Amino acid sequence: MVQQMVRDFAQREVAPFIKEWDRQQGMDPAILHRMGELGLLGMCIPARLGGQGMDYISLGLACEELEAVDTSLRVVMSVHLGLNSLGLLQWGTDEQQRCYLGPQARGERLAGFCLTEPGAGSDVAALVSSARREGSDYILNGEKMWISLASRADHFLWFARANPDAADPHDGLSAFLLEADRPGVTRGDIHGKLGIRAGSTGWVHCQDVRLPASLRLGEEGEGFKIAMACLDGGRYTVAAGATGLIRACLEASLRYAGQRQAFGREVGQFQLIQHKIAGMVQSYETARLLYLRAGWMKNEGRRNTRETSLAKWFATEASFGAASEALQIHGAYGYSDEYDVERYLRNARGAMLYEGTSEIHELVQAGYALGQRRDASLRCELPAYVPERDPASGSPSGRTASL
Amino acid sequence: MNIVVCVKQTPDTAATVTVENGKVSWGDAPLVINPWDEFAVEQALRSREAHGGKVIALTVGPEAAREALKHALAMGCDEAILVSDPGLLAGDSLVISKVLAAAIEKIGAVDLAFFGRQAVDSDTGVTPAQVARRLGWPALTLVAAVTALDPAGKTISVDRALDEGRQQVKSPLPAVVSVTKEICEPRYPSFMGIRKASKATIPVWSAAEIGLTSIPAAALSWPELFAPPKVETRVEMITGDSVDAVAAKLAARLLEEKVL
Repeated sequence: MVQQMVRDFAQREVAPFIKEWDRQQGMDPAILHRMGELGLLGMCIPARLGGQGMDYISLGLACEELEAVDTSLRVVMSVHLGLNSLGLLQWGTDEQQRCYLGPQARGERLAGFCLTEPGAGSDVAALVSSARREGSDYILNGEKMWISLASRADHFLWFARANPDAADPHDGLSAFLLEADRPGVTRGDIHGKLGIRAGSTGWVHCQDVRLPASLRLGEEGEGFKIAMACLDGGRYTVAAGATGLIRACLEASLRYAGQRQAFGREVGQFQLIQHKIAGMVQSYETARLLYLRAGWMKNEGRRNTRETSLAKWFATEASFGAASEALQIHGAYGYSDEYDVERYLRNARGAMLYEGTSEIHELVQAGYALGQRRDASLRCELPAYVPERDPASGSPSGRTASL
Repeated sequence: MNIVVCVKQTPDTAATVTVENGKVSWGDAPLVINPWDEFAVEQALRSREAHGGKVIALTVGPEAAREALKHALAMGCDEAILVSDPGLLAGDSLVISKVLAAAIEKIGAVDLAFFGRQAVDSDTGVTPAQVARRLGWPALTLVAAVTALDPAGKTISVDRALDEGRQQVKSPLPAVVSVTKEICEPRYPSFMGIRKASKATIPVWSAAEIGLTSIPAAALSWPELFAPPKVETRVEMITGDSVDAVAAKLAARLLEEKVL
């Protein structure tokens, strides 16, 4: 039912406009408000904290449905919910959760994630943004780049170097809750991206921004661990979304292959087209099982860094492959924006870069396989999914994900 | 107010219908709540929100029809009842209307029974009127707007969408109302609603439990079912030396083909 509900929303309220939004390089801001109204922006945050109390598999299903229409919507879920809100759920104090997570879960405030810098992407420990302690405050300076929702978010999770003298640069990082309206914060969008053109991506700059120490997330020096834990949430939504993109490619290809005639028959009758379609089916089913496994592990409260990374790596690579094949099936028509597949191809490419490039995931997988990488336990773990007691009826709610 | 909304589980409208060996097949299309009924659920919920009371979703069908009721619950209905009996599976609208009327009587003290204008599978559109007839209530069919509802005065005023225009009708309650899609925009199920629906206990009533000692046989039968013949289309280019000549030729051809 979750899946159907999100599908209906995306099909009715986004699909008719997405081509125009993509051309204009911006979506109607009302759609973000609508996502909040429907509870999507806090769907897997516990109801007691202002969310909808759904499980992590439901989150995956919602992301699959959103990206089956357009990647820009799923990006909102990844950044606002996967990277930021789940990070607050895992690491935030009660006060931080009340002040920041609550409004985010209710969709009243939008949240972003500021990790990447102009000179530091995959090499997170090389980031140079600074957080200088001054009494009970921190002074933030630095610039973040390729930030989703840069011009839309009300809050950011901001990573900076608080201890430049740490022996290991990873240990010098700390995380902060940064309101976009603090004096010294400036931001803007970047235009001319290859894909996800309906979404906001930009830069955020901090110039002597004063922040009370109570807005530090986690302890000083925990920034790198927090960033990696947040990525387990974000990458999961990317994996599920990319699965939806594969499905969109498959569905578009099936439609076209059943209509287009060549050499006296439908092109779907030709083995070379069938080969491409079979590949998309294989990719879709595999990607889906991989993200569902990661979602199940999250529900159970099990560490899922390896499984989530694998799901993200596979699904994003496969979605680019599927989009390329879908375009090939559509021939020259696929090369124009009369059909959706050219947008799918452009959108799919970005996901092989953000939330861990494909190369980073390859290293992660090799590291686990070779025993060079092991998950150490964290001071705060992402809470398992616990069906909450519904205040109205006093009985626990069941898991509701319908596959 | 006690409001009943009658829903039906139907194949998804995106399903491809095929006819093979005299049988209609929907393939493995997912089953959903009849899309017309979503408008009825929405109007029922709006009536409750304006005047208080409760909304009970009611369906007749196999065990799987529970899912359609869960959709109605997730949209916000307070309760749901499934009437299920092996003897009802082959029922036509005359049979189903008898069952629905009996169930509505068993629920008791119902002020309004909402229906979608028709179901997307059988498309008969007569069940609401049949239920009204069996209950002895006014049948307000094809309602495009509820303009006034007065639970204390026991009246309802509606606009009916007819081919000739809008017809304004005022009727006493209880009444049966079947709605068109102009009436409102159905809401999506909420996550909270989905959670509630997933744990809801839906009572199942048998035919005997609603007081039907015998199930009448269906009066309708389908002796033969076949796919509509394919329409042959062809293109004919009409040319001429001038616009007037082309127009004259075109008019002549249209008259010849009895289009005009």
